[in-house]
Amino acid sequence: MDYCPKVKNIVLLDSKGKRVAAKYCTDDWPTFSAKLAFEKSVFTRTQKTNAQTEAEVAMIDGFVVIYRFIQDLIFFVTGGDDENELILETVLQGFTDAVGLLLRNNVDKKTAVENLDVILLCLDEIVDGGKIMVSYLLLFDHFWIILETDGSAIAEKVSGNASDGGSILSDQTITQALATAREHLARSLLK
Amino acid sequence: MAQPFLKKDDDRDGEEEYSLFFGIEKGAVLQEARVFNDPQLDPRRCSEVITKLLYLLNQGETFTKVEATEVFFSVTKLFRSTDSGLRRMVYLMIKEISASADEVIIVTSSLMKDMNSNTDMHRANAIRVLCRVTDGPLLTQIERYLKRAIVDKNPFVASAALVSGVHLIQINPEIVRRWSNEVQETIQSRAALVQFHALALLHQIRQNDRLALSKLVTSLTRGTVRSPLAQCLLIRYASQVIRESTTDNQTGDRLFHDFLESCLRHKSEMVILEAARAITELSGVTSRELSPAVTVLQLLLSSSKPVLRFSAVRTLNKVAITHPLAVTNCSIDMESLISDPNRSIATLAITTLLKIGNEASVDRLMKQITSFMSDIADEFKIVVVEAIRSLCLKFPQKCRSLMNFLSSILREEGGFEYKKVIVDSIFILIRDIPDAKETGLFHLCEFIEDCEFTYLSTQILHFLGNEGLKTPDPGKFIRHINNRVILENATVRAAAVSTLAKFGAMIDSLKPRILVLLRRCLHDIDDEVRDRATLYLGTLGGEEPTAKTDQDAKDFCLEPSEEPFDVASVPKEVVGGKTAAGLASAVDSYQTLLSAIPEFSLFGKLFKSSAAVELTEPETEYSVNAVKHVYDGHVVIQYNCTNTIPEQLLENLGDPGYYICRCIRSRGVLGSRVEAPPVLTVQFPGQTFVAFEKPAGAATVGKFSNLMKFFVKEVDPSTGEAEEEGAEDEYQLEDVEVSAADYMLKVGVSNFRNAWESLGPDNERVDEYGLGARETLAEAVAAVISILGMQPCEGTEVVPANSRSHTSLLSGVFIGGARVLVRLSFGIEGSKQVAMKLAVRSDDLRSAMRSTTSSPTADSSSLVNSLLRGQPYYLILLCIYIYTHTTTYTHMYRYM
Repeated sequence: MDYCPKVKNIVLLDSKGKRVAAKYCTDDWPTFSAKLAFEKSVFTRTQKTNAQTEAEVAMIDGFVVIYRFIQDLIFFVTGGDDENELILETVLQGFTDAVGLLLRNNVDKKTAVENLDVILLCLDEIVDGGKIMVSYLLLFDHFWIILETDGSAIAEKVSGNASDGGSILSDQTITQALATAREHLARSLLK
Repeated sequence: MAQPFLKKDDDRDGEEEYSLFFGIEKGAVLQEARVFNDPQLDPRRCSEVITKLLYLLNQGETFTKVEATEVFFSVTKLFRSTDSGLRRMVYLMIKEISASADEVIIVTSSLMKDMNSNTDMHRANAIRVLCRVTDGPLLTQIERYLKRAIVDKNPFVASAALVSGVHLIQINPEIVRRWSNEVQETIQSRAALVQFHALALLHQIRQNDRLALSKLVTSLTRGTVRSPLAQCLLIRYASQVIRESTTDNQTGDRLFHDFLESCLRHKSEMVILEAARAITELSGVTSRELSPAVTVLQLLLSSSKPVLRFSAVRTLNKVAITHPLAVTNCSIDMESLISDPNRSIATLAITTLLKIGNEASVDRLMKQITSFMSDIADEFKIVVVEAIRSLCLKFPQKCRSLMNFLSSILREEGGFEYKKVIVDSIFILIRDIPDAKETGLFHLCEFIEDCEFTYLSTQILHFLGNEGLKTPDPGKFIRHINNRVILENATVRAAAVSTLAKFGAMIDSLKPRILVLLRRCLHDIDDEVRDRATLYLGTLGGEEPTAKTDQDAKDFCLEPSEEPFDVASVPKEVVGGKTAAGLASAVDSYQTLLSAIPEFSLFGKLFKSSAAVELTEPETEYSVNAVKHVYDGHVVIQYNCTNTIPEQLLENLGDPGYYICRCIRSRGVLGSRVEAPPVLTVQFPGQTFVAFEKPAGAATVGKFSNLMKFFVKEVDPSTGEAEEEGAEDEYQLEDVEVSAADYMLKVGVSNFRNAWESLGPDNERVDEYGLGARETLAEAVAAVISILGMQPCEGTEVVPANSRSHTSLLSGVFIGGARVLVRLSFGIEGSKQVAMKLAVRSDDLRSAMRSTTSSPTADSSSLVNSLLRGQPYYLILLCIYIYTHTTTYTHMYRYM
């Protein structure tokens, strides 16, 4: 699976650099403190930049980090040094879009913490993998694969509305299409 | 999930909800988890508790095994509820906690039920969870469901099944390979991610079959893949096929060339970038192949999206390393990126420009960089400095302006790492570019005038001491260096003192001035500085030990004489200190002692005197020790006798009938026993010398039993006069053994490796020995070294504690003047058995070999001859033989 695009982590921090939610998909940061140190590093390195409207990119500790600020939150996706940045950006886009849709565009720390379950479910829908059980005692540490990158599809899966039909935009129910349209409109107005 | 946040929207009563996790505590949440066991489940409350548990895990909290098991079991109870939101959380919780709970198998039945549910979301999630808790046997049970799920019309279910396949193939490849047809079918799916997952799984299924893989990629490149992610994956697989098949497709166009190029025109930028990167990374890529890729990347450089600009400039930066010419066209776009708000992009642009820049553009570029340097972080500056360094090495003519740039940024604010990179770069440039030397050194001198980093100051001072001497006018640097002595902290002052001394030592004209400066340092408050100053004053100003040699050498150069230069006349420095000096003086004193005895003067030059061997127990009536003196054709044993009892007098003066020593057994190299009477006995009061004859140059070994016969006379303690009559008495002494070590001079070599190589493998003999059981390896090593009597070189006599193997390097001069080098390799095994490999190289071996080969018929006799002449190799083997014989015999000496 060396060829598969890999996401190393997906993290959501608040405006003080404190973790709101995170999903780590590799052993690059083996301990919890190593993870926190990396998050801190990303936080300090991105503070002076402007990533409000558009995803920004930085090389941090030899990793490619794609990040975006929304209100008092920092969303970021990390990939390896040789990863296609645009794939990482797509993943980040999917994450922010889904969170935006599910939180009805009230994307800020307060709402995010209130709806932490939603955030965690989003993360779960974006990547799939982790430990696999080989036998009762032996766990196989497997790689993570990108499961979904489309924001509305992620939101659908999380909110459980997908049972009614297909997932791709063309197959959406009318309500959802309307909701999506409203989100897009709201977002363009906000800009 | 829809209800909870609807509700939250409604009742926003203050911060209560917001502080859901405020003051949260693991113990309390675990208590709350008991609601999972309530007969009447409250889905919302249960969801909330699961969220709290997940929050704890997310914040780095860990559950003990017992806690995890408990939580896991109570969570499984929630399968009773039909609430889809809660079910979704249950799935997530099981996945998060399953790693620590091996009881996970109990949920399989619930999951298998969900896997066949009518709700798509349940099916998809149940598959994902199930695949993490499944094992071999279970997989065969659920296989048909998974196969059906792959072709499910719901893309989420299909994706879940495909992704599970990707994971499961690692555990059970046989089963997953059987799904090939179903997977093939889904690759045509309209859903983007299904296509991506199907492709990943198909690749996994066929990864070991290169031909099948190649076919798969070929068929897919004909344009059925719509998803950008899948297309990216396909490009990567195509690159893989290209890499693995370059050998059999040399003629004509490269494999998939058209496909990669068509991807450059794909509507998704993700695919364009992937294709461009794939092309630039092709092995042996031609400029014709590169040019379309570079063109699309160039377009991306002016994109409004930072990520696009970044990825494009990063790729071009890599291309510039190998194909700078291909990137030259982009330089205008690159230059505009220098002002990019994203400093990562700007730095990449700068370094790319530095790589592709030609000599003419360097100056203009440097101007732009100067303004740019002030507003980027140190880590970016480091990258730029490194790029400038390689640019300078590429265009040495431009070193003046580049050096000026480096010195100007050196003066600006910056952290240690940054300054260190600049200083290191200047060092390299000074070393590699002659023109840069003088200016570079002066920039460094200026820098240390105002340098806050002690480390860098000392580095520069040391560097000045080396490189400054090579400039035409080294005196110019003295002022700068002396300023450090006056102004800096102790570490820098000490370094400056050393540098000053270097100048003084190398340049005679500067010496008087340096001595004055150094003398001032004698009153420094710091010990180290004072010590250094004293030391250097001593070496520079005091009596120079090498002065005479210098004078001799000069005389010799001016008036070459017929006489060859005698190395022995060079004053030697005694390295070993007191003991070595003591030893040398002991040998000298023996030489004088023995040469004073006329009988021995005919024996020639003394080869070696052993250390004194005690022949009596300590604190007995008579204390006797023996020293063995080895001559070319004789062995002299010197007995020193001390009477420890004042009440008696020992006498045996002048009576030839009573010699105290008799050789009982002399084992020659052939092992024959020779009863050899001493040829000569000389006695002095307290000292007796016994000489034995042996073949000239031979290393005869043997054992001598010693019996002291004498008259003992009573002494009156009051008068101190001895009685007339005495009684004859005997005293049995310890044996004296003349061993091989007595024929070996301990002479070290300074470079064992060179000496070893110079003797060459032709002069080598190797043999292996078992030395029997030993307590430690060190003991065996010490024993063998003392038996050989050779000088351990390079500290190899010391065996590190607990080491299982060791190599000792020994050197010496054997009687007859042959140089002998020995390499001993030891190994110890678990049962303490020591094995040894002995390799000997010697000058003398050469002649022995020649004599043996020249007369192959008389093989044995020449061997005997060489043995008689005392060939060191055989001798050494012999000692080992004796050694093993007298201790634990394990290996038969093959020449005996």
